[in-house]
Amino acid sequence: MAVLQFREALRDAIDEEMARDEMVFIMGEEVAEYNGAYKVTEGLLDKYGFKRVIDTPISELGFSGIGVGAAMKGLRPIVEFMTFNFAVLAADQIINHASKVRYMLGGQASVPIVFRGPNASAGQLGATHSVAYDSMYAHFPGLSVIYPSEPDDAKGLLKSAIRSEDPVLFMESEQMYGLKGEVSEEDDYIIPIGKGKIKREGDDVTIIASGKMYHVVKQAAEQLAKDGVEAEVIDPRTIKPFDIEMVIESVKKTNRCVIVDEAHPFGGVAAEAGFLIQREAFDYLDAPVQRVTLPDVCAPFAKNLFDIWLPDAKQVIDAVNTVTYRN
Amino acid sequence: MAKNKQEAVFTPIGQNHSKNGKFEKSVDLPPATRKKHTTLGLSDDDVVEMFRLMYLQRRFEERAMQMYQKGKFGGFLHLYIGQEAVSTGTVFALNDDDDIITAYRDHGWGLVRGISAREGMAELFGKATGCSKGKGGSMHFANTEQHFWGGYGIVGGHIPIGGGLAFANKYLDNGQISTCFFGDGAVDQGSLHETMNMAQLWKLPVVFVVENNGYSMGTAVKRHTVGEIYERAKGYGMKHACFNGMDALTVYENMKEIADEVREDSEPYFVEIRTYRYRGHSMSDPQKYRTKEELEEFQKTDPVERIRQYLLDKDVLEESDIEEIENKIEEEVLDAIDYAEESPSPEPEELYEDMFAGTPYFHDKK
Repeated sequence: MAVLQFREALRDAIDEEMARDEMVFIMGEEVAEYNGAYKVTEGLLDKYGFKRVIDTPISELGFSGIGVGAAMKGLRPIVEFMTFNFAVLAADQIINHASKVRYMLGGQASVPIVFRGPNASAGQLGATHSVAYDSMYAHFPGLSVIYPSEPDDAKGLLKSAIRSEDPVLFMESEQMYGLKGEVSEEDDYIIPIGKGKIKREGDDVTIIASGKMYHVVKQAAEQLAKDGVEAEVIDPRTIKPFDIEMVIESVKKTNRCVIVDEAHPFGGVAAEAGFLIQREAFDYLDAPVQRVTLPDVCAPFAKNLFDIWLPDAKQVIDAVNTVTYRN
Repeated sequence: MAKNKQEAVFTPIGQNHSKNGKFEKSVDLPPATRKKHTTLGLSDDDVVEMFRLMYLQRRFEERAMQMYQKGKFGGFLHLYIGQEAVSTGTVFALNDDDDIITAYRDHGWGLVRGISAREGMAELFGKATGCSKGKGGSMHFANTEQHFWGGYGIVGGHIPIGGGLAFANKYLDNGQISTCFFGDGAVDQGSLHETMNMAQLWKLPVVFVVENNGYSMGTAVKRHTVGEIYERAKGYGMKHACFNGMDALTVYENMKEIADEVREDSEPYFVEIRTYRYRGHSMSDPQKYRTKEELEEFQKTDPVERIRQYLLDKDVLEESDIEEIENKIEEEVLDAIDYAEESPSPEPEELYEDMFAGTPYFHDKK
């Protein structure tokens, strides 16, 4: 095992796949000469040159569509967004084209493309820079959505995403790029898309969280253990396909579940997973499933308001206390 | 503020609400070429084939319209009638492996790029034997094997994709160029401007072509966009052209020069081809936004009639030869209708096919 920063794990994945397949290239704002807005692509220009590491203008709609067209002709674009908050400008290409071209042309084209970049909030950045888009994109048929929480997952899943024959949205976090973790040194380390991981075993409650929220939950689980509550923490890693089998199996053991989701409450991952759990494990539940999400309000700037807005370990512990009737 | 409500406040006032009775054409046609097909490097057989393809597009759509009115199929039906010289002149100007991508007025493009009348009609009928297996319908004809990448339904949505096809050609250094067609309505979309900027900056081998048919649905060109459309290119330092799209030889002559140049120097082109749509935007369009006089004026320049007359004037074909071609096409189109009617609908399980090139995944599918 090597200890790598999250950004280094991503870079290794991109580097390995670019070395392996000449059809893979990366484009986005500041990815080449600036070496990446968050240094994910650092050194790639020197290694692969201007043909395969391409700086774009600030034209998310345009360069995403160029990626879709290039993918239809057999290239494997990695399109980096400086944040998924800016990718909203490219939503027509992701939602109307990348996900639908193959179906509406009766299978005559495929779109092997990865759209990647940081998702959700990163401190006091205000309303337009703080939204989690994973469940929104998961809504659309044909798109896979990955939101890993640790460097090891990031590396193995990004390699899978680049090799996928279909469009994948790969979500990261500005606040996790510097996070260090052990990463497998296995040659050609691949994690299949759609498989969750039990990151902490426990019998008392199942807590589900991906991406940045996993770290909030990890902290909460450590606190809870001190109080004698052993949480089982599942990181689905992939939002879609969602590993509901792993969740159901865990809930059948713990009989209680809390879902932590960095999206707003309406129609988010928590809503969907919660529905599936009540349907598939109704007789096993000892309490209604609880969720911890953002409130149905925009991200505020003021520090005190922001801290209320973003889910934290205390909110997770409160939800666990609710499902264990300790409140 | 305007003193009375008959004066324009924001959008210029259109024909339907104009009180001055003046008849204003929505699009001005530049003159057609005076060169003979032989001077342009086309053989007699080529120009006969051009006529055949144009007549096929015309009859295919006239019959499709009848079938639609009879309720044989549903969805939208946007007819290309009047614009056939554009598709036909273009495919003769391009190499067979050059890319074509277009918007939803796509039947003509499919028919000139290898989709048979049978496969086209079956697609309109939503049958499994259609060119897109009945999954796309009228707006999503495609034949990617012959580099026709499809018709697209979001105005301007396919323009960046057209740029992407060209990007791939440059990346692969395969000598192919890409052509991206869209209507005058799409020139107002930001996607065009983002793509033009990148195409010029990155020197992509792409030709952006506006088929200016006078109307963005019911809104005349002068009511939806400022200035001359082709002049937009100047803002990007892009080469541009504007020519007559009611004459297949004119389209051929210009597109050939442009395609050769783009292939040679890998620099994009922005082209406005002026044409006219004889039918409504779609089948549900009452067409109150234009005058009968205008329609009649443009029908005098009918591109199918024009090439037919050309063949006679230049003694390429006799009237009887032409009638024979027309009869064959009529049979081909009627056969296509029988084929479409008799073809099977997609099997229910095909609902879940063609979503994924890799492992399929359908959330919560039982």
